[in-house]
Amino acid sequence: MIAPTDIPDRTNLQETFVLNLGPQHPAAHGVLRIKMTMDGEYVTRAEPIPGYIHRMHEKMGENRTWAQFLPNTGRVDYLSALHYNHAFVGVVERAARIEVPPRAEFIRVITSELNRISSHLVWWSAYLVDLGGFTPLLYAFDDREKILDLLEAVTGSRLTYCYFRFGGLCNDIDDVFITGTRAFVTQMRPRLKMYRDLVTDNIILRKRLEGIGPISAELCRKYGATGPVLRGAGIAYDVRKVEPYSVYSQFDFQIPVFPEGDAMARYRVRMAEMEQSLRIIEQALDKLPAGPVMGKVPRVLKLPAGDYCYAVEAARGRHMVRVVSDNKEIPYRVKLRTPSFSNLSLYQEASKGMILPDALALLGSLDLVIPDIDR
Amino acid sequence: MIPTLEQLAERFSRLVATTAVLPQSPLPVTIGSTPAVAVAPPVAAGADHTIAPTAPPPPVQTVDYSLKGYHLDASISPRQVVLAAEILDQNGFALDTITGVDWIAQNEMEVVYDFFHPLSILRVVVRTRLRRDQPELPTISPVFPGANWHERETHDFFGIRFSGHPDLTPLLLPEDADYHPLRKDFTA
Repeated sequence: MIAPTDIPDRTNLQETFVLNLGPQHPAAHGVLRIKMTMDGEYVTRAEPIPGYIHRMHEKMGENRTWAQFLPNTGRVDYLSALHYNHAFVGVVERAARIEVPPRAEFIRVITSELNRISSHLVWWSAYLVDLGGFTPLLYAFDDREKILDLLEAVTGSRLTYCYFRFGGLCNDIDDVFITGTRAFVTQMRPRLKMYRDLVTDNIILRKRLEGIGPISAELCRKYGATGPVLRGAGIAYDVRKVEPYSVYSQFDFQIPVFPEGDAMARYRVRMAEMEQSLRIIEQALDKLPAGPVMGKVPRVLKLPAGDYCYAVEAARGRHMVRVVSDNKEIPYRVKLRTPSFSNLSLYQEASKGMILPDALALLGSLDLVIPDIDR
Repeated sequence: MIPTLEQLAERFSRLVATTAVLPQSPLPVTIGSTPAVAVAPPVAAGADHTIAPTAPPPPVQTVDYSLKGYHLDASISPRQVVLAAEILDQNGFALDTITGVDWIAQNEMEVVYDFFHPLSILRVVVRTRLRRDQPELPTISPVFPGANWHERETHDFFGIRFSGHPDLTPLLLPEDADYHPLRKDFTA
């Protein structure tokens, strides 16, 4: 690895050239453009240019009822839809003081953690394809398929879920789901061990990732980066622990933290997180209370005037919804604070002085979902 | 370096009690004339038990986290946003997001700054109001570089100008966009 300080700054000698990456580039995994100013093979300035898949979800929020906005939330970060469902139903329940039955909260946790595993599996396989290893994708998508089948049976969709409702869920889970999820947990543990033995501990991968793209905890704080990026910089910040929502405080799980701050640390955080998610799912299935999955919700939902926030730990970090209500059926303002936006904003600073392939290894280690940035 | 809520509330109360602004603040003299108390946003009736619903809310108030999702709500003058950001920076806070709200009926624009603390459960909301026809306030991007993109986005959607910002070209909108879609009078 070459430290950024070793690179002579020759920007002023006009020996640089501009390399356009995207908006259709396989390493961006979506329509993200990065304008790279290169000095030979070294990046002197990498300016991300987002906005190619901007859909103005926040304006859509201002011309439909609270409930009608719910399907939009699953389309912001399409790999982590249930977490975004959770944040939006959470903020409405907080404002309208809707009580959610415990069974519904447990099922929310189970399905959210399944969603987290499937999201991390997509990141893992796509990242390894970026780095030149194709085979893990075939294994990871096999595992992910099982999650999608489980979630499809209860939510009705395979990707852009809209399963949570204000006050609960639209469907209860059945025995098939419970048996299937238990079987998945049992199957997934040896698979994760296999991934660790064959990929994570592989000397080729470690030589490729260790020391690449260092991001310090201070840089994360200045840019508001969260999730595995922050935890890979040694800070145990996870909304599920720091700001417990739903019933997460009832489970015994750890927050994986790796202090190195490099791409390998971020990689390890996500791999260890999948194991913790399995633990949470297992405990939630064991403790799953009986009862209804829908609380009492007023037929016409108007939130008291004022503004309200609700944050969740999505697969990519802290996702916060801030709504402003003027006591009408339609939101006055919906703001979606998305983790990929903040995580990408530090890229220009973090990628300075890297060689191009390493800068792409850094980009992949941020686990970006482009619609999550553009909204 | 984790401050208590009381310490922060006290620090912000001192801030709003003064008219201190940064000497290098590049703010034009035409804006920010409204006192902070008068421009505080409406508070949910019954949500805050310490004051009567009709009374104007105090500029700095601690709020019930379980009802609102944050702990401290500070309404400050637009000139003081950099000072507020510096206070939070010194206390180890991270920038969560920056956004606007168009209060077209009052002819005002509100800019809302959300902060979170990476080591504790402490959420701070800093808000300020601007005249709607001249929405301009200083950038906090020298304090929090992450504010750069959030302010660009707020400029995209609301047309709020952040003076001193290094680059206010559209971030999410097309590069030639001259409209601000989250303004309440925007029509497609």
